[in-house]
Amino acid sequence: MKDFIIPWDDRDMGTPAKSGKPVHLTIDGIDVTVPAGTSVMRAAAEAGIAVPKLCATDSLDAFGSCRLCVVEIEGRRGTPASCTTPVHAGMVVHTQSSKVKKIRKGVMELYVSDHPLDCLTCAANGDCELQDMAGMVGLRDVRYTPGDNHFDPSGSGARSQSEARLRMPEGEANPRYIAKDQSNPYFTYDPSKCIVCSRCVRACEEVQGTFALTIQGRGFESRVSAGMAGDDFLSSDCVSCGACVQACPTATLQEKSVAELGTPDRELVTTCAYCGVGCSFKAELNGDELVRMTPWKHGKANRGHSCVKGRFAYGYAEHPDRILNPMIRDRIEDPWREVSWEEALSFAAGRLKAIQEKHGRKSVGVITSSRCTNEETYLVQKLTRAVFMNNNTDTCARVCHSPTGYGLGQTYGTSAGTQDFDSVEQVDVAVVIGANPTDGHPVFASRLKKRLRQGAKLIVIDPRRIDLVKSAHIAASHHLALTPGTNVAVVTALAHVIVTEKLYDEAFIRARCDWDEFMAYAEFVSEKRHAPESTALLTGVNAQELRAAARLYAQGGNGAIYYGLGVTEHSQGSTTVMGLANLAMMTGNIGREGVGVNPLRGQNNVQGSCDMGSFPHELPGYRHVKLPEVRKVFEDAWGVPIDPEPGLRIPNMLDAAVDGTFRGLYCQGEDILQSDPDTKHVAAGLAAMDCVIVHDLFLNETANYAHVFLPGSSFLEKNGTFTNAERRINRVRKVMAPKNGYEDWEVTQLLANAMGAGWAYTHPEQIMAEIAATTPSFAGVTYDLLEEKGSVQWPCNEEHPEGTPLMHVDGFVRGKGRFIVTEYVATDEKTGPRFPLLLTTGRILSQYNVGAQTRRTANSVWHEQDLLEIHPHDAENRGLKEGDWVKLASRSGETTLRAKITDRVSPGVVYTTFHHPDTQANVVTTDFSDWATNCPEYKVTAVQVAPSNGPSDWQEDYAAQAERARRILPAAE
Amino acid sequence: MSPEKMVMMANQIATFFATQPGDTGAEDVAAHINDFWEPRMRAQYLDYVAQGGEGLHPLAAAAAAHIHAPSEKA
Repeated sequence: MKDFIIPWDDRDMGTPAKSGKPVHLTIDGIDVTVPAGTSVMRAAAEAGIAVPKLCATDSLDAFGSCRLCVVEIEGRRGTPASCTTPVHAGMVVHTQSSKVKKIRKGVMELYVSDHPLDCLTCAANGDCELQDMAGMVGLRDVRYTPGDNHFDPSGSGARSQSEARLRMPEGEANPRYIAKDQSNPYFTYDPSKCIVCSRCVRACEEVQGTFALTIQGRGFESRVSAGMAGDDFLSSDCVSCGACVQACPTATLQEKSVAELGTPDRELVTTCAYCGVGCSFKAELNGDELVRMTPWKHGKANRGHSCVKGRFAYGYAEHPDRILNPMIRDRIEDPWREVSWEEALSFAAGRLKAIQEKHGRKSVGVITSSRCTNEETYLVQKLTRAVFMNNNTDTCARVCHSPTGYGLGQTYGTSAGTQDFDSVEQVDVAVVIGANPTDGHPVFASRLKKRLRQGAKLIVIDPRRIDLVKSAHIAASHHLALTPGTNVAVVTALAHVIVTEKLYDEAFIRARCDWDEFMAYAEFVSEKRHAPESTALLTGVNAQELRAAARLYAQGGNGAIYYGLGVTEHSQGSTTVMGLANLAMMTGNIGREGVGVNPLRGQNNVQGSCDMGSFPHELPGYRHVKLPEVRKVFEDAWGVPIDPEPGLRIPNMLDAAVDGTFRGLYCQGEDILQSDPDTKHVAAGLAAMDCVIVHDLFLNETANYAHVFLPGSSFLEKNGTFTNAERRINRVRKVMAPKNGYEDWEVTQLLANAMGAGWAYTHPEQIMAEIAATTPSFAGVTYDLLEEKGSVQWPCNEEHPEGTPLMHVDGFVRGKGRFIVTEYVATDEKTGPRFPLLLTTGRILSQYNVGAQTRRTANSVWHEQDLLEIHPHDAENRGLKEGDWVKLASRSGETTLRAKITDRVSPGVVYTTFHHPDTQANVVTTDFSDWATNCPEYKVTAVQVAPSNGPSDWQEDYAAQAERARRILPAAE
Repeated sequence: MSPEKMVMMANQIATFFATQPGDTGAEDVAAHINDFWEPRMRAQYLDYVAQGGEGLHPLAAAAAAHIHAPSEKA
């Protein structure tokens, strides 16, 4: 497959695009037409004329400080800055008059007078705008002699480090010399290279919204400062998103990887493999060596922004822990044996066949990965349906967003977010419930914060005081800090206020929903027991605050709901999703920009793995296996009968394994032992199986119980597509050859063929063609279309040939929107004398899920262990101090970790993350689950916390078992 | 699967449908179980009901009449 040639204009246009009425003007004799509000600089760029610039870049609003972009405009006095001057009809602009050329040369001379001249050995050599501009304006000499500076340690007027060393081999004689700040693991800050253009400061504010940077001092003393005096980049509020590095025109903020490896010479556009935002990145390389990942400005999900994970934490693909050879063992007590692919596959196929012969065709199954591509997922479910001949397929979405599938499917008719991410730019009131976007979905959070700074309102519904509740220049209008497990009561109370205060949109409901069903729902929610005053004691939410929030959502203009796993991972996860769908319908907040119900998906391809038929009851495109017309499509395509019965879900597989009727599992790219609840039960299920095949980059925790290990390929090593939370199908491009020898779809094909399948795909493009041929919502998707458009959002078919940014515009997918009664049912997981606190779990910015990737990068400097957040009152009662070892126990199990005392959590609530296997928060979580989908109730566990001396017995046993299980025998000669 | 876990799952489903308007609760519970429960789970469930169905929500017990008996053993 050819390298992707970027068809879009990647030039820096200087200032952001505008969307006003067309304006005609002339620049250097060229007629150009641009939208009103466009800067002269951008208009010139549209005409193909690059006006010299330093402080302007098209990701930031114009600033007008560098004075390099001055132009002359006929009929106007002086030399205005082209970046801050908007176009005007009939304007005649000259960008290269002798007057402006002279000014620019003088400006450049001043800049360079306080800049080192070590260009040839500078990390930004070849990628430095200061260097480019010096060339562009024709600077040929600097009349100023060397003087005070920050870059010459010798203080002798040296203009480069080598010259300084020549003049003074040891010591320092320049009191103004400032060394580089190397504290951030991924980039350096070198004050001596800074031209004080403020692009980094503006990027931190405008793009990322963290406000960590500022310019401190004046004149010669001006410097970028991170945080407070005494802070370096690492200790400051900086979240290492890379926006400042991206914006910096010089080597002042520079990736360490570029300093080490040199400037990249080729680039491919691909898609990040972390969260469900699905950011587009340019992978920049020398040969097949990846030098850096930079956010692609034409990426429609991220619009040129990134977070610390996608931008920097890709090094795991090169980590020495990565397993590159297939391995097998007879028993899990044995050490691993490295073998050829052929031997591993025939061993695996032999075992699976033997199991099926002895225990029936339903005794084996698969788990597809939300980390892998659509094409890979499609093949894994096809493996079980067409080769194993059963429907035993499930995916990690089971443990995260399966209630979204059920809830939105029941109410609207399809399982997907209703909006695109651009829609956030039109939101007036955002409701964020059970999600922590600044940590879990950082690029979306930055886009939301930008809208909030423009004046949109925010309602946060979460037990914890997440960063969005209050941080730099934003604050939630209402934070409903509910007791974990009471989502349905809160959502129903919001509906109560909207209905009883008649704030609903009757015209919308009559036109788009079933009025009688609404009336039944209205009657239900109007009952006094659902009033916020009645539920306050239960939910812990102040009634007046809840009423105000309901009024704001219903009457504040475009209302958009964004939710995460704090909604789904409950006994009533599906009911809450339905309740949110009801709220959007009753207020008419569906079917246009700025509104909707938007699940924030945890993993890069959760949406895609669900779309691709990973669930045991559904064929690709969310169609139940019981439907003969749907089975026929696949029976015709695959030439085999499809089982009409639903298969086993992950928890059911484990139950059946303990019962002895499920004995073989092919698990691609998921670590169920660490990520699924009730670790001991998962371990018992895995230990009971005869053949566990783990297909992964690393010997993950599940592999401790595996008999076959098939090495996987990273997202940089394969072709395919990911589908993000906005249904956007993005290309994943092979940047380098797979280090393990095969792309993951090839490994699945090899396994299928070892079982006798006879598949012959030679490129994922062919798999996508099969998906399009069998799945109506993907009917129009081809790799050619993705090359042309960059990405498309499903449904993409004859009706929507270019995809569908907004769902349910003229009508719901199911026809009429359906209101479903949402009665609150308390979870059986209750606090009591033994377990008086409620534990809820979540993620942190720098780490990702089970941490298999991020723990193998420098991201660990921000989070090297899981901590237990506990309120000062609860800590004091237990005699706990900051940093103490504590034992966290539930009826399922216990673990130990260190305490962090904070009032972010309410009294009675504790919180931790699950990124580290030695903590194993899921030893503590229980096997309770959502009533409709068996999605585990991670977010509510009754626990006790007590002082401890160190790791629990279980942790020590586990560590010892893991070490034994990871032994690898040297390969036979 | 342990009987306690199965009873809990069935009762959770029954509890939801019991709150819905109309009088098709038993059929709705059965339809949900038919759609999402693998045959060996349904077989275990029907056996359990046949043996008295201790601890089941009335709607969950009534649903048994509408649950499809699996056509084959796993």
